[in-house]
Amino acid sequence: MKPEELPELIRETYISLDKSKQKKFLENYKRSLVTTGEAVGTVAAQSIGEPGTQMTLRTFHYAGVVELAVPLGLPRLIEIIDSKRSPKNAIMTIFLEKDHAKDKKYAENLAVELQEKYLKDVSDIMIDVKNRELHIETNDEAAQKIIEKLVGQPAENGVFKIGKDSLSDLKKLKNKIEKKRLSSAKGIRRVLVRKCDGEYVLYAEGSNLKVVLNIDGVDKIKTTTNDIFQIYETLGIEAARNAIIIEAKKVLDDQNLEVDIRHIMLVADQMTVTGEIQAVGRTGISGTKESVLARAAFEETEKHILNAAIYGEVDTLEGVAENIIIGQPIPVGTGTVELTVKPIKSKKDKDEGPKNQDK
Amino acid sequence: MNVRKKIEQIEFGLFSSKMIQKMSAARIYTPNTYDEDGYPIEGGLMDPRLGVIDPGIRCKTCGGRLGECQGHFGHVELTRPVIHVGYAKEVYLLLKATCRVCGTILLSDEGLAEYDPENISVSESSTVWERAQKVSDAGGKCPQCGEEQIKIKFVRPYSYYEGENNLLVTDVRERFEKITDENLKYLGLKVRPEWMIMSSIPVLPITTRPSITLESSDRSEDDLTHKLVDILRINQRLEENINSGAPQLIIEDLWDLLQYHVATYFDNGITGIPPARHRSGRPLKTIAQRLKSKEGRFRKNLSGKRVNFSARTVIGPDPNISINEVVVPELIALELTVPEEVNERNIDSLRKQVLNGPKVHPGAHNVITPIGRKRIMEENKEEIAKTLVNGDMVERHLQDGDIVIFNRQPSLHRLSMMCHRVKVLPHKTLRLNTAVCAPYNADFDGDEMNLHIPQSEEAIAEADILMKVQECIISPRDGEPIIGGRQDHVTGMSLLTRNDRKFTRSETLLITRNIVKLPKGKKTFTGKEIFSLMLPSDLSFSYQGKQGMVNIEKGKLVSGIIDSAGLSGKLLGELFRKYGSDVAREFIDNSTRIGIRAIMTYGFSVGISESDLPQEGLCEIDDSVKKAKMNVNGFIEAYHKGEFKMTPGKSLDETLEDQIMSELGQTRNIAGEIAERYSKGNSAVLMAKSGARGSLLNLTQMAGMVGQQAVRGKRIKRGYNARTLSHYLRGDVSAEANGFVASSFKIGLNPTEYFFHSMGGRESLVDTAIRTARSGYMQRRLINALQDLVVYPDLTVRGDSGVVVQFMYGEDGIDPMKKGYIEQDLN
Repeated sequence: MKPEELPELIRETYISLDKSKQKKFLENYKRSLVTTGEAVGTVAAQSIGEPGTQMTLRTFHYAGVVELAVPLGLPRLIEIIDSKRSPKNAIMTIFLEKDHAKDKKYAENLAVELQEKYLKDVSDIMIDVKNRELHIETNDEAAQKIIEKLVGQPAENGVFKIGKDSLSDLKKLKNKIEKKRLSSAKGIRRVLVRKCDGEYVLYAEGSNLKVVLNIDGVDKIKTTTNDIFQIYETLGIEAARNAIIIEAKKVLDDQNLEVDIRHIMLVADQMTVTGEIQAVGRTGISGTKESVLARAAFEETEKHILNAAIYGEVDTLEGVAENIIIGQPIPVGTGTVELTVKPIKSKKDKDEGPKNQDK
Repeated sequence: MNVRKKIEQIEFGLFSSKMIQKMSAARIYTPNTYDEDGYPIEGGLMDPRLGVIDPGIRCKTCGGRLGECQGHFGHVELTRPVIHVGYAKEVYLLLKATCRVCGTILLSDEGLAEYDPENISVSESSTVWERAQKVSDAGGKCPQCGEEQIKIKFVRPYSYYEGENNLLVTDVRERFEKITDENLKYLGLKVRPEWMIMSSIPVLPITTRPSITLESSDRSEDDLTHKLVDILRINQRLEENINSGAPQLIIEDLWDLLQYHVATYFDNGITGIPPARHRSGRPLKTIAQRLKSKEGRFRKNLSGKRVNFSARTVIGPDPNISINEVVVPELIALELTVPEEVNERNIDSLRKQVLNGPKVHPGAHNVITPIGRKRIMEENKEEIAKTLVNGDMVERHLQDGDIVIFNRQPSLHRLSMMCHRVKVLPHKTLRLNTAVCAPYNADFDGDEMNLHIPQSEEAIAEADILMKVQECIISPRDGEPIIGGRQDHVTGMSLLTRNDRKFTRSETLLITRNIVKLPKGKKTFTGKEIFSLMLPSDLSFSYQGKQGMVNIEKGKLVSGIIDSAGLSGKLLGELFRKYGSDVAREFIDNSTRIGIRAIMTYGFSVGISESDLPQEGLCEIDDSVKKAKMNVNGFIEAYHKGEFKMTPGKSLDETLEDQIMSELGQTRNIAGEIAERYSKGNSAVLMAKSGARGSLLNLTQMAGMVGQQAVRGKRIKRGYNARTLSHYLRGDVSAEANGFVASSFKIGLNPTEYFFHSMGGRESLVDTAIRTARSGYMQRRLINALQDLVVYPDLTVRGDSGVVVQFMYGEDGIDPMKKGYIEQDLN
């Protein structure tokens, strides 16, 4: 292997070494390479699955300075692998840009601004049963504007009076107005400001990456969320892949389980090869496999066989599960090696022509 | 040479009614199966043309005997067609996607022109489906013939309504027949849609639904036969009614019943209809049930298979064998065989084994000659031995040195199946070295393990080279050793290397005899010198052990105590990487044995006195408990007075709870420190500190105090209304009312403490039970998703369809198992 062909990380170290050590380094590197045909997928799955039995089932954990519940343990790992669209306890860590990082006021204002606010939080809403009217009293200007738009009439001294014919209509309107969100960051339920290494950091319960990243003064690089799907939607698939790795590693580290990062990387890569996040399971990777037999053997047997019949599917038997089913050697490990014999025409054979050789 | 045929591909398809009739060996028309004499009736479900299930009878179709003839399909011609339940939804979608009169897809020519019917992708055809369905859902007009479409309603499981009118199955079929083949291509369908409607159904060969003869010589039929009888009965009644001109209503009722029976013949688990039941009330197992789920054909018989040449029994420990070995009881060795080809070198020994016959240990069971397989028996063994020639195969008994695969379930990782060398010994258990318990997660409280004997030279070589225990010392999960000395090995070794006690030569021999050789002339040995005897002479290595730095220079242990971090950790890993698996194996074999001898020389025991504390210690703990309770009461008082400070982001109650919890947590830590201080140097501490067994927390709980019990991660809060037990006042948040156990296990828990402890204990029990189930399913999914990923020669990782998942495995191509070779260079 030539130095130019080395993967980036390895090459950097190689170049930084003394000439005398380079040879030894290359030798060591060659020794540590994976073997061709190694069933890395199965090994990765086992390496992550096996410690699962040793993990706690406890969902919450109050980590360090944060008074927010961080989902950890087996349920969180399953959540990551399922790639659920909205995780149970999304948490955002919002960092501030240098100019504001030490400004407590700024951080606190931002926290208030981010927090989800509804009209009912800033106004008094009442139904006047006698006059069939809905009274909304508010001093918040932004809220007034929104209500104005909603009901189509201006406020008088901060009080709206809306008349409706029936009581049920009034109730409907009241519900609608109460649920109207004021701030733009949907999903952020609570924000806490904490001092961390001399900087103010915002921790948010609930997550909305798209909105937060658009706010001036927020450090776009360091700010993160544990909602993998949001990362995918705002930053793309590569970011999502990294998020899966980081989140899974976090869970395993927290339980003091040593699992090599390469195993987790492989799972993350397999979940994201298509360019979208695919869940590990029948709705994702296993359900979209090429082979009918492999799919049928996993889950929803009837569905896959019935569909294979009408769409005339052909199973080319390239995977592991299919070959086990029909009783052939599997194309993994020592099974990847095939022997091809090129028949040499000897004088005797010439008359008979080339013999058919079995693969 | 036997050339194995390879299956290239499997194509899936649907049978038309015509095909069903064509491949049928017999038309089945009568619901009766046997006549009075007990012979199968022709045209009945046990028709002899469908195959044989009784020995001695020849098949009427192919002439084969039982075992030769795999059976033949029959068919039933249905009086009226029915829908195949599996396709009820597809039939509905197709009805919606096509015109009710002309049968074309409800798309204009321009719309269709967007797609190429010859190679249309799955996503394209699904948009065709959607676009076409939109037209009929909206009640639009057919772009081809202009006919107005009526919205079609689907009532599960198999009825269709057009507007208010019930669509009969015959109507549906008529419509489907109008759809052109060209149109089907746009929809991605590879079969004629009318085949989803069945006017005859295949009858499975009797070999697939054999009847069982009970002791009382009664015949008990298979569930599928029962179901087919139902179908035939209704089919006959329907025909009679139609012929006798019964009213339409009755005919439709019977038709529906026929549909029900055919539907449940395929799948007896359809939602919306009651499952067909056996006379005894048990739901019938029909075709879908046979294939489905964990106990179905796919997972039970196809993905996992029963094998020959295997054994299973209880396991036991044997510290005197190598980690590479497994003790196989003679009884098992008499049954299991290994095929061995006869050649000049082994002909004499094999002949001897043949002469021993199948019942004396190094014997043989069969001989395979070019003519065929011959069983060795007492009567013919001499003759067989005489005629044995080179090239014959002898299936001889399992004997010392044979390669076997050893396994313990659950097989969570690849180290659950490793390869051992056989050692045949008396008694009835399989025995393994205690150092290999870790990868198997085995103990000896009744565990059983399996043994598999590879049956070809290729398989033996593969197992020997790739799966041998010594090759599995390093775990692929994290690249650290997983096999190695544990428990008493660690204690013993740590005692031996702890201080500089001198052993005389004869004392040393008691420890090292027949393990390592002693250097000549040396009179006395220290423990460290004894340990050094096992190390290669050029090893220089130092590492952070559990009890300080360990330094090894030129094969001599200079300073430090050898404990679990060395025996099954860093030192072992270093030996493995530097000197290879043979040296590492030898180190494990020797160090465990020397460890055991050392612990026996020193003498080591653990008893109740390990948890004894002197009076001062107990007083100290008492004081700290009192102080903690006082502090807690202080918090509560402050809380009631309203002087308690809230932490931001939490309510007042939560803050109080947090404060109390941390105060009580600290108390246990203090108790732990006290206990540790007063029990310095006792056996329990020694074990905990060397990493042999137990932890300081265990000791704390035994000698000091048990500490706070938790349910759902919080102090115990449940039970009665606002209190845990009726002994306490409502709303009592004090330590003792909420599961704080101030006693130690040694002193004993008081009744309330005992109860709280049981609550915590029960939770963790339930927790483990649920966790195993959940993590098991997670692992199944992970394995299924990743099993096809393989490293290619260019170090890319690719899946089964050739998709590149990683361009360089793990971004650097390094195998986690081998990362130790380069790790120190990278940092």
